[in-house]
Amino acid sequence: MTTFDLNFAADHFTLFGLPRAQSLDLESLENCFRAVQAQVHPDKHAHATDADRRLAMQWATRVNEAFQTLKSPGKRARYLLNLLGHDPQIESNTAMPMEFLMSQMELREAVMEARAAANEEALDAVRVRLLNEIKVEYQHLAELMDVAKDFTAAANLVRQLMFQEKLLNEIDDALEAVTA
Amino acid sequence: MALLQIAEPGESAAPHEHRLAVGIDLGTTNSLVATVRSGMSVVLNDVQGRPLLPSVVTYAADGSVEVGYGAEAKQSIDPKNTIVSVKRFMGRGRHDIAHIETLPYDFLDAEGMVKLKTIAGIKSPVEVSAEILKTLRNRAEASLGGELTGAVITVPAYFDDAQRQATKDAARLAGLNVLRLLNEPTAAAIAYGLDNSAEGIYAVFDLGGGTFDISILRLSKGVFEVMATGGDSALGGDDFDHRIFCWIIEQSKLAPLSLQDARLLQMRAREAKEQLSQHGQVPITVKLGSGEYVDLTLTTEIFTDITRTLVQKTLVPTKKALRDAGLTVADVRGIVMVGGSTRMPQIQHAVAELFKQEPLNNLDPEKVVALGAAIQANLLAGNRAAGDDWLLLDVIPLSLGLETMGGLVEKVVPRNSTIPIARAQEFTTFKDGQTAMAIQVVQGERELVSDCRSLARFELRGIPPMVAGAARIRVTFQVDADGLLSVTAREQTSGREARVEVKPSYGLSDDEIAGMLKDSFSHASDDAFRRALKEAQVEAQRLIEATQSALHEDASLLSTLERAHIDGAIAKLQAVIMGDDRRAIDEAMRDLSAATNEFAARRMNQSVKRALAGRKIDQLSL
Repeated sequence: MTTFDLNFAADHFTLFGLPRAQSLDLESLENCFRAVQAQVHPDKHAHATDADRRLAMQWATRVNEAFQTLKSPGKRARYLLNLLGHDPQIESNTAMPMEFLMSQMELREAVMEARAAANEEALDAVRVRLLNEIKVEYQHLAELMDVAKDFTAAANLVRQLMFQEKLLNEIDDALEAVTA
Repeated sequence: MALLQIAEPGESAAPHEHRLAVGIDLGTTNSLVATVRSGMSVVLNDVQGRPLLPSVVTYAADGSVEVGYGAEAKQSIDPKNTIVSVKRFMGRGRHDIAHIETLPYDFLDAEGMVKLKTIAGIKSPVEVSAEILKTLRNRAEASLGGELTGAVITVPAYFDDAQRQATKDAARLAGLNVLRLLNEPTAAAIAYGLDNSAEGIYAVFDLGGGTFDISILRLSKGVFEVMATGGDSALGGDDFDHRIFCWIIEQSKLAPLSLQDARLLQMRAREAKEQLSQHGQVPITVKLGSGEYVDLTLTTEIFTDITRTLVQKTLVPTKKALRDAGLTVADVRGIVMVGGSTRMPQIQHAVAELFKQEPLNNLDPEKVVALGAAIQANLLAGNRAAGDDWLLLDVIPLSLGLETMGGLVEKVVPRNSTIPIARAQEFTTFKDGQTAMAIQVVQGERELVSDCRSLARFELRGIPPMVAGAARIRVTFQVDADGLLSVTAREQTSGREARVEVKPSYGLSDDEIAGMLKDSFSHASDDAFRRALKEAQVEAQRLIEATQSALHEDASLLSTLERAHIDGAIAKLQAVIMGDDRRAIDEAMRDLSAATNEFAARRMNQSVKRALAGRKIDQLSL
């Protein structure tokens, strides 16, 4: 069995030499990702030995996984919360503030109506509105996690954001159904 | 700024040695082969100077095979034994093929991938495609004057695992060393991007003879990153021909056609379509074998009208890919048009209207994929010139999942994930003492198993008997850089690796491939033996060179003892390499590989550290 040193087993932040924080410089992450992937990608080892090629695939897989996790603010937050020992209780905790649930219901109804009426523009409008809301909330989340260190509030917000992202997927499905 | 020069991994130890590598565009209608010569990517023509090879194969009673223009000429004379557009059958079952009732072939009624009954025996689409690839390989070897080191074969980005596997099998059957399966739009993006030093978001709209792909890429600082891909692996120029064909029959009120007449009309339909790209209207006059006459005029307006739904079918996946990439049309810097079918004016108009800008047509849409594939093949074979470096990050086009209770799909790897990627999923038993478990792997976006493509059924056996729900079976999906899936399973609580049986639902088993290879060598078994021995020798030589080059660069990573161990393994392999004992060569190769495993891991770690260290210096100096 091949053994790896710390690099391969390191957490995603350490792998790219980035601080463990929710706010993250995307450009810096991308630069690190590209620099590492440029070394380990299977294309760089296409005519090397079998052992090299197998390693290259494992490393490239590992680097892709780390990049995809850190790139997405939602995945990054869930990963970081777990890393810091705060389980965001994605499966077990479904409690949401009433106000939030009401606003989500309203959006969901708008989506269903637009879908039934095959109204692509209306769906697009809801999509843009939701995207903007999500963007603002992610900024808030970064403050909760990095500055206030309020991980309970952060976990609550992470669960709400997952709820909203699920709705975003439903809008995409509706758009697909409407434009097909 | 003085920087240490670090040799790239994979860079040839002997840089002046040029390896012969080609890119092959295995198309539905036409195929091409290209190579990089003196730094330029060029399509290799046949002896008559023609760049295209029609993807048509005809079988004769004496077992002889003809490929290309000669075969194309026979399609209306011997339609049953002349296979056109075989790409549509790759990795496909009978029920997957559109208009199968209008095709002139005798399909074998069997499970899995379709097979064709020809006068020369039963042929799998893999074998038919291998004939096309062999012809291109011979063309390249004659033109380049030597044996090929390897080839990059392009596939539609939207090809699923079964179709990719079938393509790789065909290449193997044609004796090609596949350096990579490369997605067609990505190949086009390389050719376009490097040619124009393009930066930003680009869409590649690729409508070929039988397949449609849309890829959204981000080109930045030598990285080609596919952000999303979409398409329809059964939509292409053929369908536009078919609409004209149906229109001719309807307008001329023709009686049911003979196979020959049907093929003749299809050819006329295609010609009319091609002429409409230059003219506003074309006459269609045909005298059929039945004595009937066709005398019609097809105008651009009629053509646009009868193909409106087909054009619409290209726009739906295009919008979806943009959404998947999280972008809108305003973000797109340019649209690269690929595939002969994008010459149709209604396609050009529809794309311009959707993206609110004129598409880019400055590269030959029929050659750009092969040219890009050749550039990538040259890089992968190790013929890199200084500064000649880029990175391709491609994605998996369709989600991979597993069947769960009630015929539902549990998605394990979502579509548009950057490859290579691995994902694991845990399962448990639902009966006391259960020792086996059947797992169905599917690919597709729908929620029901019956709406997705079944890729394989795995049977896990040897699970230790436990109470229901106690066993923990971890199933890992690994998708490699070719977009091909492999699955492993392990029972966690006992730590025992369960046996995995792969039964490809639409692929060929290794035994079938071995059988086909044997068949093609059966009249020359000595040949087969010598070829296998020579392949082993070449492989062994490659391993020795790669190891020595690694030792040359990074000897400091090894202790004296470790170094001696590797040197010993090299010496052992060198001792047997020129002999004719293939088993001894294989064994010595395995030993050398084992001896260098740890060394390879340390080298990789070191290069990662260096990459990050270099990055930090860059940032500091900014």
